[in-house]
Amino acid sequence: MSDSFVDVTGISKRFGDAVAVDDVSLAIRRNEFFALLGPSGCGKTTLLRVLAGFEVPNAGRIVIDGDDMTRVPPNRRPVNMVFQSYAVFPHMSVEANVAYGLRVEGVAPDAARPRVVEALEKVKLTGFAERRPDQLSGGQRQRVALARALVKRPKVLLLDEPLSALDKKLREEMQLELVRLQHEVGITFVMVTHDQEEALSMANRIAVMDRGRVLQVAEPRTLYEHPAHHFVADFIGTTNTLPVDVRSVDGERALVHHPLFGELNVDRASPDVAEGVLIVRPEKLRLDFSAPPVAGELMIEATVEQIAYYGDLSFVFVRASDGTQLQISRYNVNRVDKGDPAAGTACRIGVHPEDLLLVGSD
Amino acid sequence: MARPGPLEYTRRWWLRGWLLATFVFLYAPIIVLIVFSFNDSRRNVVWRGFTTEYYWKAFTNTSLLEAFTNSIVIALLSTGLSVIVGGLLALGLYRFRFRGRATVEAASALPIVVPEICLGVALLVFFAEIGWPTGLPWPLNLANIVAGHVAFSFPFVAVVVRARLAGFDRSQEEASRDLGASEWQTFRFVTLPFMAPGLVAGGLLAMTLSLDDFVVTFFTSGPDTLTFPVKVYSMVRFGATPEVNAASTLLILLTVVLTVLAMRLQQPASQGPRR
Repeated sequence: MSDSFVDVTGISKRFGDAVAVDDVSLAIRRNEFFALLGPSGCGKTTLLRVLAGFEVPNAGRIVIDGDDMTRVPPNRRPVNMVFQSYAVFPHMSVEANVAYGLRVEGVAPDAARPRVVEALEKVKLTGFAERRPDQLSGGQRQRVALARALVKRPKVLLLDEPLSALDKKLREEMQLELVRLQHEVGITFVMVTHDQEEALSMANRIAVMDRGRVLQVAEPRTLYEHPAHHFVADFIGTTNTLPVDVRSVDGERALVHHPLFGELNVDRASPDVAEGVLIVRPEKLRLDFSAPPVAGELMIEATVEQIAYYGDLSFVFVRASDGTQLQISRYNVNRVDKGDPAAGTACRIGVHPEDLLLVGSD
Repeated sequence: MARPGPLEYTRRWWLRGWLLATFVFLYAPIIVLIVFSFNDSRRNVVWRGFTTEYYWKAFTNTSLLEAFTNSIVIALLSTGLSVIVGGLLALGLYRFRFRGRATVEAASALPIVVPEICLGVALLVFFAEIGWPTGLPWPLNLANIVAGHVAFSFPFVAVVVRARLAGFDRSQEEASRDLGASEWQTFRFVTLPFMAPGLVAGGLLAMTLSLDDFVVTFFTSGPDTLTFPVKVYSMVRFGATPEVNAASTLLILLTVVLTVLAMRLQQPASQGPRR
């Protein structure tokens, strides 16, 4: 069996002079939960619409399960979509909405009914069959949209910002539920999102897009801990950026110079990064007020400037002796605690050299 | 009793009075018309006693009945055509972006603003110029009147349907296509049901306009074709008899029944009784 189930090869899509998708190639695997992640306007939704058949690409090929789909109209693709607005038909009952795809296909009502019941069961809407969409909450309407797409047993389910219209609690609930559903039905999911946490927590693999191009395709952990570009590091999670001089490179390592640390050896994001910036995640910095230095750690003298308190954790913004601003995240692990340091407190920042990564700064 | 709040207008006596005055202004003439349709007098000026005689007269007046039938047939035909033409126009203007779209939109609204007398004269000249055949057998002799009525009523349908479509979520059409429906199925099962309330409301407007149209009909009808308003006009010229009142009352009744029916049909299903 070939490794890739959905093959996107050299897809470009222009609207007039604007290039929405620029020579994108992707290989999405069977039964994978794949996310297209990027800021608004990066072309992720256009790419999804090309997959669904609503946009005809200017160049490139779409192959799904071995069949060329590039010019096939949306109603003949083995692909179904959950729209951002859900697009539930307001004049039909929940049952009629879910049965719609089977009805236009010519499936007899008697044959369709058990499949509709099964789909409603999967999205936990049993007992809502007779309701009208305007009697449902936003979350329930989304479940209708899901059931309506799943009942067609598509090879690929496309989800366009499926959770963006839900409030935070419901969104977190639906994240888990979508992942559960994907395991249960064993269908390849392709989800578009601008929410990096959503992508990280739900997807098996993520393609990060910017200005019509795919910058990196990787598993969530790799994206976070080993970003290929400064843009990826900056877009996913928060990151501290330190400008450095690259003195020499050798395989996966590089010798760099920074005024705070002097010369040191660090990992490179990829072998073609010859210059760039050092990145380090806020949780990998250790804030220290008195304790002696830990062996192997680099120490930076700094002053606390500002605190942002989030309940479970706090962000401490410090100014290093050379003027660089850094942010450190600290979990508030004890209920009874002295609390966060006051602004102006002198401190030291500890960091392990292996937590630093040299990335290209494009 | 506390002072009424700013929105509790029903508790202010002068606002109630104003409301009453408005209703009297609107409906008093119609009530007088209905009351005098039962007047037992040939010259319909003074109340002489109750009778339903003029209703029987109206029913047995063959030329009045013929005019009434003509009006109904014209109204039904022109409404049907207006709904089709106006609905398609609205859909086209909503869906497609093309050169001169703004011009088409403005031009299609023109019959609403052009004075009816101008439209009437224009149609008269037009039908004469192209040599429209006269003296055709019924109902073909109504064709030019129907054409005239469609000309001024389809823009109303288009305007109403266009307003309705402004609230349409295009992704519903895409969802339909995505679920396997053809273009036609998508129109039939998704777009058309959404347009339906607009089509019904626009159709009602068109029917009302057609039923009581005098000017355009007067100019386009042949010498022997009478519609209800034209016939009433010719009857009134010889004095307003209760017969005219009776016929008008029946027409009002018919309009009210039609309107109530249409409103019932337009009611969202979710407001209906539920299991």
